[in-house]
Amino acid sequence: MPYEAWKDNEYIEGLVNELRENGTNVIVGTFDKLINWGRSNSIWPLTFATSCCGIEFVSLGAARFDMARFGWEVARASPRQADFMMVAGTIVNRMVPVFRRLYDQLAEPKYVIACGSCAISGGPFRKSYHVAKGIEDIVPVDVFVPGCPPRPEAMIYGIMQLSRKIKVERFFGGVNRQQKRQEYLNLVQEKQS
Amino acid sequence: MQEQIAKLFPQATFETVDNTLTVTIDDAHWHDLATYLRDQLHMDYLVTIVGMDWVTSLGCIYYMMSTVDNKMVAAKVSTTDRVNPYITSVADLWAIAGIYEREVYDFFGIIFVGNPDMRRLFLNIDWKGFPLRKDYDENDPRNAVSIENERQTDDTYTYVRQADGSVERKSVPVFMPDDFVVNIGPQHPATHGVLRFRTAVDGETIKKIDVYMGYIHRGIEKLCESLTYPQTLPFMDRMDYFSAHNYHHGLCATIEKAAGITISDRAQVIRVMMDELSRIASHCLFIGTYCMDLGATTMLFYTLRVREQILDIMEKTCGARMTFNYDCIGGVMQDIAPDFVADVKALLEILPKNIKEYNKIFTGNVIARNRMEGVGVLSRQDAISYGITGPSGRASGWACDMRKEKPYSIYSQLDFRQVVAEEGDSMARFKVRLQEMEESAHILEQLVDNIPEGEYCVKVPKMLKLPKGAWFDMYEGCRGVFGVYVESDGTTKPYRLKLVPPCLNLAAVVDHITRGEKIADLITIGGSLDYIVPDMDR
Amino acid sequence: MQDFAVITNWIHNFLVSTLGCAPWLAVTIECVAVGVGLLLLYALLALFYIYFERKVCAFFQCRLGPNRVGPWGLLQSFADMFKILIKELIELKNIDKFLFALAPYLVIIASMLAFAVLPWGNGLQIIDFNIGIFFLLAVSSIGVLGILLAGWSSNNKFTLIGALRSGAQMVSYELSIGLSVVTMVCLAGTMSVTGIVEAQDRLWFIFSGHVSSIIAFIIYMIAGTAETNRGPFDLPEAESELTAGYHTEYSGIHFGFFYLAEYLNLFIISGVAALLFFGGWMPLHIPGWDAFNNIMDYIPSVVWFVGKAIALSFIIIWFKWTFPRLRIDHLLKLEWKYLLPINLFNLALMVCIIIFGWQI
Repeated sequence: MPYEAWKDNEYIEGLVNELRENGTNVIVGTFDKLINWGRSNSIWPLTFATSCCGIEFVSLGAARFDMARFGWEVARASPRQADFMMVAGTIVNRMVPVFRRLYDQLAEPKYVIACGSCAISGGPFRKSYHVAKGIEDIVPVDVFVPGCPPRPEAMIYGIMQLSRKIKVERFFGGVNRQQKRQEYLNLVQEKQS
Repeated sequence: MQEQIAKLFPQATFETVDNTLTVTIDDAHWHDLATYLRDQLHMDYLVTIVGMDWVTSLGCIYYMMSTVDNKMVAAKVSTTDRVNPYITSVADLWAIAGIYEREVYDFFGIIFVGNPDMRRLFLNIDWKGFPLRKDYDENDPRNAVSIENERQTDDTYTYVRQADGSVERKSVPVFMPDDFVVNIGPQHPATHGVLRFRTAVDGETIKKIDVYMGYIHRGIEKLCESLTYPQTLPFMDRMDYFSAHNYHHGLCATIEKAAGITISDRAQVIRVMMDELSRIASHCLFIGTYCMDLGATTMLFYTLRVREQILDIMEKTCGARMTFNYDCIGGVMQDIAPDFVADVKALLEILPKNIKEYNKIFTGNVIARNRMEGVGVLSRQDAISYGITGPSGRASGWACDMRKEKPYSIYSQLDFRQVVAEEGDSMARFKVRLQEMEESAHILEQLVDNIPEGEYCVKVPKMLKLPKGAWFDMYEGCRGVFGVYVESDGTTKPYRLKLVPPCLNLAAVVDHITRGEKIADLITIGGSLDYIVPDMDR
Repeated sequence: MQDFAVITNWIHNFLVSTLGCAPWLAVTIECVAVGVGLLLLYALLALFYIYFERKVCAFFQCRLGPNRVGPWGLLQSFADMFKILIKELIELKNIDKFLFALAPYLVIIASMLAFAVLPWGNGLQIIDFNIGIFFLLAVSSIGVLGILLAGWSSNNKFTLIGALRSGAQMVSYELSIGLSVVTMVCLAGTMSVTGIVEAQDRLWFIFSGHVSSIIAFIIYMIAGTAETNRGPFDLPEAESELTAGYHTEYSGIHFGFFYLAEYLNLFIISGVAALLFFGGWMPLHIPGWDAFNNIMDYIPSVVWFVGKAIALSFIIIWFKWTFPRLRIDHLLKLEWKYLLPINLFNLALMVCIIIFGWQI
């Protein structure tokens, strides 16, 4: 996909600028590049689906959309071996602890894609007594893919965005790496207070 | 029928609601009446139990159907006690009543005396309040989203009526202390969504399964009560997302009947064609996922190919791949796409070849036959008692296709066969679906060249009001009977909208037919029943 | 026929006479070099196999398979390995930490040891001892120990069931593999790997042993598929039943070891099949067709061996993506009620063939 075709270049550029300003030495930088190349090209999903979006995720693996082209088809049933979680479907109150535990069981580095309006905000069920209003309050989310359900093309776009985001992350050093859990919890606390 | 009942139960009162005889009876005589209805009048299929909150009283409406002559009867039982509402259980008469009663208890807090398992069904064990009661507080802070694990017990409880008439609560263990309990689900590749089986195993042999539902319970019925009739429709797409058209059709038809709207022939034909297309797509996906469960992943990709072609047809007309929202009150949303007819013909051309291919790859395979034949046998009697409808019920020899038994729309004018098999095992369930695809294709063949001209949607009032009353109807989804109960108080919003999903029964029967089988058979049986979790949870 | 022994001898001579190393030093240097080379080859081959399987399965399923990372997606499995290498190793509570950490190493060491005896080419074999094939069988059965330990030490019910299934399966199918190997050893008259290859100088065993070889080959392929835990015998890690089977709790490179070992075992099983039935590195020779035989000799022996092994692995991969999975009792029934008696009968048949000199 050409660079201009992406929708959120400012965001990635912002991350890159931050990287440049904070600088890094050549050797570490090269290692980082290699690691990020590996990480961004090999993102294995967790087989996790609760409702309709999950079926579109199945279609994503099928011949027409074939996510195997990008190397995403190695869906792992065990969270320990997966890299990202495609939250495909509604998360309801009863599912929240289970979902949270699944997220905790993922091995670092781990990413979350909120796929479909239910995962983003509760979607059509937002007013219900038993639906979590967006998964952002439960786990940190990397990419949002809107739609009800999103088309497989949109899902491909979403995972490619995730891949781009991983590319500008840092394995060594401080900037642009993924937030540690404690930091995230502190942030949530700040937000609440 | 009315005279027969009146003779034995003089205290019963009668009314006819939506062409169905409804008997109102007090709790003391309800169990006797139920026994009489089942044994003497052959009302052996309990369609549903509709829990009701009439503000002054709580109660249930039991819909029963005879498998002999397809007659229906309803029974109304109510209690005015809102703190400790007791109704006698009929779980000993119909096996499925146990689950239905748990559902009613979960939503309305009605306690069924004599039900062996009176836990909540969908909501977690510490949930406060009963959500479908009219006085339920939705913003109770005690029910807020929490990441703490829910409390878990190995015990259930039952309510027993003592000799003096009082009711006592007794604790009953679900699993024995020395059972090796494996937790399968909610996140597990074989449960087709977020269903949870707590499975007691002895080596590889299954001793008992305790099914937990509600991991995708979104409270659609409650949501519908605060929405106008057209606004309730989009939820149908998100229940059983493979029978989106069929469910839409069902709800629309019920509302149209209640409002007295007749829709054009063109809309009828389009609806039926869409129903049958989605039936083929749904069965295609069933074959694929089922084979994948059994370990033959490649089949999934072959069947998805056909499904994609059907989705293309639907996308051209409806504009969406999955949540179509196509049927609306008064007809369909928009006219069919210009190349709809050509596309359907192309599909009908390739379909027989594909079915042949599936048979070649999978059905005749010796491993597949060993895995499926004689596994998970469900007898006809049990199928009726558990209310297993759809292809799974028909595989057990019960002719329960609502398109034939209680024809709606234009199905009575169509020529098609009701596929019924006798074996009742996983292989039969698989084969029935394969043959149903052929029958659906046959229906499409009859209609594709005969789509009548006319308007696709009749004019309906912007703010649709239904007259006071109640309506109950049954339609054929892809997985079984989809029932719609609408009660209106004369406003633009339903007073109660009860949706009867077929998958709840399918999940309830898993424990019964997996006992003594192997763990691998649980996957085979679960796959062959083909339940959709968002459908049973609603 | 090129003989790689020339090159290896030259290296040895170079070390000893030109550089003046003491013989023990020369051997040590050679051992280290061979070890490093083997590890590299091992990793490369496993990565190739992962790519190969993903591509083949994609073609079976009318898809394209990996094609974005590197040309034709060739670098896909490298990217995967980089990621797995630096992925977090999750430490679990309430497990047997030592055994939990040991298990993946056992599995990978077992397959590495087996890897060492394969005859790569003419004179290109690391160790050649007189009980080579016996050694191979022995070390390859260490792998099951690793799987059992992994399942036991994870303190997880799914892994435990997976490990028990694996134990039952391996013990049963080891028998079939052993017996079909014995059948072929009878025909060869030696247990030495080089000896077996050289015995097929005239004609490959699959042709020279009449129907008995063919039966042994079919049984070997079935049992070999079961030994590598691949579909339709992938019960220990049956994804739709036991999430990920015995390695459910493993993450990062520990999981990577299981993942690599699975593919390497595939190579080893097909390599041994190539050795026993298709002449190892021996080119296709047909008695009497001397011109043809000479042309065949021009193709390097390494190409012959690797080519045969990959072709046979293709068949095993084909099995996996075609058949549904067996159930555990069917699996054991297949072994004990059918394969074992047939195998015993076949062994007797083979002995008859040899005694009466019927072989071609």
